[in-house]
Amino acid sequence: MSIAVTTQFICFIVLSLVVLIGALGVVLLESIVYSAFLLGGVFMSVAGLYLLLNASFVAAAQVLVYVGAVNVLIIFAIMLVNKKEDLKPINDIKSRRIISTSICLTLLSLLIRVDLTNVWSLSSPENSIGEESTIRIGEHLFSDYLLPFEVASVLLLMAMIGAIVLARRDVMSKDISTGLPVDQELIEKSSEPLLTNKN
Amino acid sequence: MNLESIPLQAFLLVSSALFCIGIWGLLNSRNAVRVLMSIELMLNAVNINLMAFSSYIDNNLIQGQVFTIFVITVAAAEAAVGLAILLSLYRNRVTVDMESFNLLKW
Repeated sequence: MSIAVTTQFICFIVLSLVVLIGALGVVLLESIVYSAFLLGGVFMSVAGLYLLLNASFVAAAQVLVYVGAVNVLIIFAIMLVNKKEDLKPINDIKSRRIISTSICLTLLSLLIRVDLTNVWSLSSPENSIGEESTIRIGEHLFSDYLLPFEVASVLLLMAMIGAIVLARRDVMSKDISTGLPVDQELIEKSSEPLLTNKN
Repeated sequence: MNLESIPLQAFLLVSSALFCIGIWGLLNSRNAVRVLMSIELMLNAVNINLMAFSSYIDNNLIQGQVFTIFVITVAAAEAAVGLAILLSLYRNRVTVDMESFNLLKW
């Protein structure tokens, strides 16, 4: 670590606050567009946390993949499906909220207890590889993690083909329950929505 | 407590809180896009955990960082396929409300 400890603490506190408040905003805000942009902020702050942990390569990968690809993809999806709709009210929403919040708080308390009570066997900082971590990651990827590395390329290819097949529009697909051909327009349209009124 | 550097527990607490926020969003969102965003938040919490352990416990071999890179790869693939599924769902049902995707309900 090259910067002073106080600076590290200040950076850590600011980044953690941005991560947590941003994540709360992603979950709680009404507008989905604000949520998507806040999600980008959360990803950037997580990349900052990685930089505090001496991992410049993973921080760069985080910025490129998450902010550059995943977040842009999410914003595009919002743009494609952004339709104003009045959600039907759920009658037992209150009990649902109470149950889910209590489950989350229980899990959080359990995790915090494990975090604080377990005795972690920290290794000494003298062994730390520090700024050389990019070199070490490259060594790992081409020696003992070679098979997962190659499998990841196959996985990405499959994901690409799968995404194209699922999202293409020129297939005449049929609605599952009615058998009628599905209107494959993406934009808000005047035609009668299939299946939505039939419950 | 000696404050020579940031304790490991601080990173673990942040990632625990982020994970629980993600689970809450996953359970309570009605918009399908927000469900995907919550999944991304949870994956990021796991990544912070892996990176913290890699830096504090395995700071010479840093296998946690390699794992994080694989998790990022899988997350990117998951986001692409998830959003494609969401688009075709939207075409079939003209809504993104999670409550209306009840074809598998018995």
